[in-house]
Amino acid sequence: MWKWLHPYANPEVSYHFTGRLLPWFSALAAILLSIGLVWALLFAPADYQQGDSFRIFYIHVPAASLSMGIYFGMAIAALCSLVWQLKLADASAAAMAPVGAVFTAIALLTGSAWGKPMWGTWWIWDARLTSELILLFLYLGVIALHSAFEDKNLAGKAAGILTLVGSINLPIIKYSVEWWNTLHQGSTVSKLGKPSMSLDMLWPFLFCFLGFAMLVAVIVCYRFRNEILARNSIRPWVRELVSARATHK
Amino acid sequence: MQFNSFSEFINMGGYGFYVWLSFGVSALLLVILLISSKADHQKIINNIAKQKQREDKLRQARELRKQQASSAQDEAEQATS
Amino acid sequence: MTIKSELTEQAETSLESSEKITMTHSQMKSLSYRDAFFLVLKRDITIALRHRDDIINPLLFFIIVVTLFPLGIGPEANTLSQIAPGIIWVAALLATLLSLDRLFKSDYNDGSLEQMLLSPHPIFLLVLAKVVAHWLITGLPLIFIAPLLAVLLHLNEQSYGALILTLLLGTPVLSLLGAVGVALTVGIKKGGVLLSLLVLPLYIPVLIFATSAIDTASIGLPYSGQLAIIAALFFGSLTLAPFAVGAALKVSTN
Repeated sequence: MWKWLHPYANPEVSYHFTGRLLPWFSALAAILLSIGLVWALLFAPADYQQGDSFRIFYIHVPAASLSMGIYFGMAIAALCSLVWQLKLADASAAAMAPVGAVFTAIALLTGSAWGKPMWGTWWIWDARLTSELILLFLYLGVIALHSAFEDKNLAGKAAGILTLVGSINLPIIKYSVEWWNTLHQGSTVSKLGKPSMSLDMLWPFLFCFLGFAMLVAVIVCYRFRNEILARNSIRPWVRELVSARATHK
Repeated sequence: MQFNSFSEFINMGGYGFYVWLSFGVSALLLVILLISSKADHQKIINNIAKQKQREDKLRQARELRKQQASSAQDEAEQATS
Repeated sequence: MTIKSELTEQAETSLESSEKITMTHSQMKSLSYRDAFFLVLKRDITIALRHRDDIINPLLFFIIVVTLFPLGIGPEANTLSQIAPGIIWVAALLATLLSLDRLFKSDYNDGSLEQMLLSPHPIFLLVLAKVVAHWLITGLPLIFIAPLLAVLLHLNEQSYGALILTLLLGTPVLSLLGAVGVALTVGIKKGGVLLSLLVLPLYIPVLIFATSAIDTASIGLPYSGQLAIIAALFFGSLTLAPFAVGAALKVSTN
């Protein structure tokens, strides 16, 4: 049933396959993002409470949900690599970690830039921002562990275990932070949590979300191909490719 | 179109600084990530090429030494005969 | 006759070491799971008792960190009693972190960790024994000292029970989760700073629920809910963490 998947466990096949996918992803990302961002900035109506600062959410929300999604993807890749000993799954997890960290950072920065006019301060211990911050720590831990090992295969395995432990912990952390937040909620937090969205706000959201998702796909593909090359540097197919592409001899 | 003029668009109803800050920083981070990921490809290829060159050189040197050793042996044999 | 005995003697001396190993192997095969568990536990505790500063230093650290806070914040009893639960728990997290390093390090350096992984017993059991030993050596003394520090910080009198109970249920979680981090970093030269980056985010739920339980107790409300959640965390990590530690140790020893 899953036989058709088997060739993709071969690094060479995956390398060329992702290479073929890249232009499509890039085109989709460019189209969706330009439509979505122009729509979000120019044509979407302003929120009746928050005015035009609501437009930050067209980046913040996709970045926040993608940051969680990428961690989930890393956890799946780590599980695959632990269960089936797939080295490519390790490579894909390694490719995803920095992208996830950057998206988490974007979610944090945009959240705080939205919070400054709304809350009057750059940082508030809001449940969503706090769990994003902890997610950033988890990402940084995975990246740091990855770079601490010399041997990339070992690094992948160790980071995979950490990712799995983190993915079990992440929902617990998220809910405990939410609970903690409701417990300590002061009077300073205004009730500007989740605005109800009308349809003409939802469409640009969808475009932005899909556009960012495609952008993630593009960057992960690039990094995945880099990881494959770096891990298979002694294979003949890599050697051939290198002699064709190297800039200076 | 929600804005009547360009300056109104930049101003964003008074939230211009925050909106453009978030969009700018996000764009900057993503572009840096994209470019560095793309640039790494060529860097890795060049690294592997260098590694290959080094290995080739080592192999050549080894062969050269072997040849010299065999030629020296030949000379020694000739001298004894 | 003499030659023969001499020969066998020679063979015996030369084979002494290998024979010893096979003997211990056969012994270990006959060991029950409980025996193996207690053997590792006893060994770790004996080693720790011979290096007493390993036990005392984290404790001293705990005490000093807690005493620094009133100096930094000011001696008002009200402020101190308000932040006491957080300070004690954060200091406990840091003290545990400090003591984690010795959980696998010396065993890794002298190779006995590898021997342990090669033994026929389930790694889960041996890891659990080591973690229990670690908790007995470092977690338990914290619990004995914590009430004294709570006095220094003017903790509300009603909260002492909650403090002890949360520490009793919470510090094993810290040891278990910390063991995962140590197992991942034991093979790395400069693993200390990395360890804190890996482990501290995972400690957050324990911190939140423990301090909240102590706070709730200080108002005189029941805190059994928070305690139940910490207990759930404890049993969850008790069943899952040793597997992760075993897998991580296999990666680290390679």
